[in-house]
Amino acid sequence: MIFLKLILTNLRRHRIRSLISVAGIAFSVAAMLTVVTILQGAIGMFSGILSSDSEIIVFERNVSDLFFSDVPAAAVDEIASWPMVSHADPVLFGIVSSADHPIITCFGVTGSDARIRKATWLEGDRNNFARHSDDVVLGQRAAEFLRAKLGDHVPIGHGIFHVIGILRTANGFEDGGVFMPLSSAQSFFHKQGSSSVITIKLRGKDDAEAFKSAVKARFASLIALEDAEFTRSYSQFKILKATAWAVGGCGLLLGGFGVANTMIMSVFTRIREIAILRVCGFSHLQIAAMIFGESAVVSFAGAVLGLLTGSCLLYALKLVPALHGYVDVTLHPVVMLIVILLALITGIAGALYPAAYAMRIRAVEALRFE
Amino acid sequence: MNHSIEQAGSRQLSNQLRVVLRAEDVWKSYDDGAIAVLKGVDFEVIEGQTIALCGPSGCGKSTLLHLFGGLDSPDHGRVSVNGVEVNCHRNLLRLLRHEVGFVFQLHNLIPDLTLEENCLIPTMAAGLDRRSAQARLHELAERTGLTHRLGHRIQKLSGGERQRTALCRALMNRPKILLADEPTGSLDEKSSGGVFDLLLEIVATEGVSLVMATHDRGLAGGCYRLLEMRDGRIHETVSA
Repeated sequence: MIFLKLILTNLRRHRIRSLISVAGIAFSVAAMLTVVTILQGAIGMFSGILSSDSEIIVFERNVSDLFFSDVPAAAVDEIASWPMVSHADPVLFGIVSSADHPIITCFGVTGSDARIRKATWLEGDRNNFARHSDDVVLGQRAAEFLRAKLGDHVPIGHGIFHVIGILRTANGFEDGGVFMPLSSAQSFFHKQGSSSVITIKLRGKDDAEAFKSAVKARFASLIALEDAEFTRSYSQFKILKATAWAVGGCGLLLGGFGVANTMIMSVFTRIREIAILRVCGFSHLQIAAMIFGESAVVSFAGAVLGLLTGSCLLYALKLVPALHGYVDVTLHPVVMLIVILLALITGIAGALYPAAYAMRIRAVEALRFE
Repeated sequence: MNHSIEQAGSRQLSNQLRVVLRAEDVWKSYDDGAIAVLKGVDFEVIEGQTIALCGPSGCGKSTLLHLFGGLDSPDHGRVSVNGVEVNCHRNLLRLLRHEVGFVFQLHNLIPDLTLEENCLIPTMAAGLDRRSAQARLHELAERTGLTHRLGHRIQKLSGGERQRTALCRALMNRPKILLADEPTGSLDEKSSGGVFDLLLEIVATEGVSLVMATHDRGLAGGCYRLLEMRDGRIHETVSA
C-alpha cells in the first residue's frame, strides 16, 4: 500500500508532467487503434467482397495483386461443371475514375452473382442486369457521389453508362462501387475472355480439400484458397497490416520517449529521496520496481484514455458521410489487448534507463549534498 | 602513555561486554587521496553505549558514520558490525534493514507521506508483517509523544516532531546501533534539548548503542563516551 502510494505520490507531485506523459501515450494508442481498426476493417470488407456467398476463391498463382490476376473463361466453365461445385462466379476487378472521383472500384459480374442477387435493390430491377452492354448498377454511395439516378447516363472512365439500378450493401467497397456485366467489364478493361477471380460455393464443405487438389492438378497457373487462408496469405493484406502496426508502433515509440523523459526527470528530481529509501533498506530491485511501477501507471492510464479516444474517433469517422461504409469500427478485443500490452511494454522500456540510473544512485553521495 | 592505558582499559572492557561495532585502522580520503579525512581510526562500540563524536566541520565525523552504516567503503581497514564486516557492496541490505538505523541533521522524511507512512517504510523494505509493524509504530509513537500526529503529513509537523519522527523511523526495525549525524543541528535550543533527552531515553530503553556526531559539547556531555576527532584520528576525552 505504501509502495503504491510512493508511486502515486510522485505522479501527483508533478501533475502537469504526468498528464502530458499520459496524453502522449493516449494519443499514440488512439492513433494505433484507429489506423489498425480502419485497415482491419478495409481488409475485412475486401475479404467480404470475395467471400460473398462462397467459401473458396480461385485466382492466378503468384500474383501480388488480384487486379492483375487472369483467370481464363475456359477454367470458369470447367470448374462450374464439376459435381462438387454448387456455383462458380467469375468476378473481374477494375479501377475506374470519373470527374472529382479518381478511384471507383468496378466489379464485372454475371447476373447470377450473389452480389447482384442478394443485395438490397433500392431502385431498378435485378432481372434487367446485363441486358445491355452499357448497363451499370451503382452502389448507394457511388450513386450519391456521382449524383446519378435511375435511368441517368453517367461518365465513368472513358465511357458513358446507363444506370439501371442502385443497390445497397453493408460493404463499403461495394456500396461505393460500380457493377457491370462481366462481358462489358472485360471489354472496358481490355481483358476479353478472362476474370480476376472465381468465387466458389461448394455443395459440401468437406469437399474443400478435394476441390483445391483438383484445381492444382488441372490448372497449373491457378490456385484455390479457402477464404480464411486467402485473408491470411494475401500479400496486399500482409502489407496493409504491417503498415498499420508500423505506423501505430512509431506513434507508440514517440509516446515511449515521452515516458522516458518524464521518468528521467522524475528520478533526477528525487535523487535525495531515493537515497533515503536506500538508507531505509530499499534494495536496488525495490527502487527499480518503484520507477517501473510509476511508468506502468502512466502507460496504463494512457492506454485506457487512448482506447476511449480512439473509439470516439472511429465512431466520429463512421458518421462522416464521405466515409460511410468504408470505416468498420468493430473493435476487436485482440487488437485492444495488443494495443494495451504494447503501451505497457513501451512505458516499461521508457523506464529502463531511469530505473538503471536510480539503482546506481549512491546514498552517501546523494546525502552529502543538500 | 595515557592513550595506551585508555586503549588497554577499553580492550579489557571489550572482553567483558559485547562489541557491536568495531573499526580497525580505517583510512578514507577523497579526490584520489588529495583530501585525507580518516587516518587509521580504531574504534569500538560496546552494546548499549552512547558515544558522542565531536570535532570541527570536515574532520570526518559524517564520513565515519557513513562507513559504520555501510553507505561508503574505507580505502583501507575494516569495519564490522556484530562481527560481520561491513561492506557497501555485500551484506548492505541486511545491515541497513536490521543492524543500523540512521538519523540525519535534516529529518530526510518524505514530505508527501504521513508520519505513519514514513515510519513504515523501513518495515516494508525489510518485509515485516503489517500487524507487527503497526504494533511497533504505535509503541514508538507513544514513547515519542507522536501518537496524535500519526495521520498527519510531514509538512504539518514542527521541526522537533519531524526529528522525533525520523528517530521513530530509524528504530522501527529494532536496530542494534543508531547512527545520528547532528540529530539536533537543525533545531532551536529548546527543541534540541527535548529531542536529545528523548533520544537518550529511547536508546537506553531499547538497549541500542548510539554513535552521534555533534558540534554541541553540551549535548555530547550527556553521552557515556565523548570522542574528539582530530587530524583524522579519534581521541577519547571523557568516559563516564
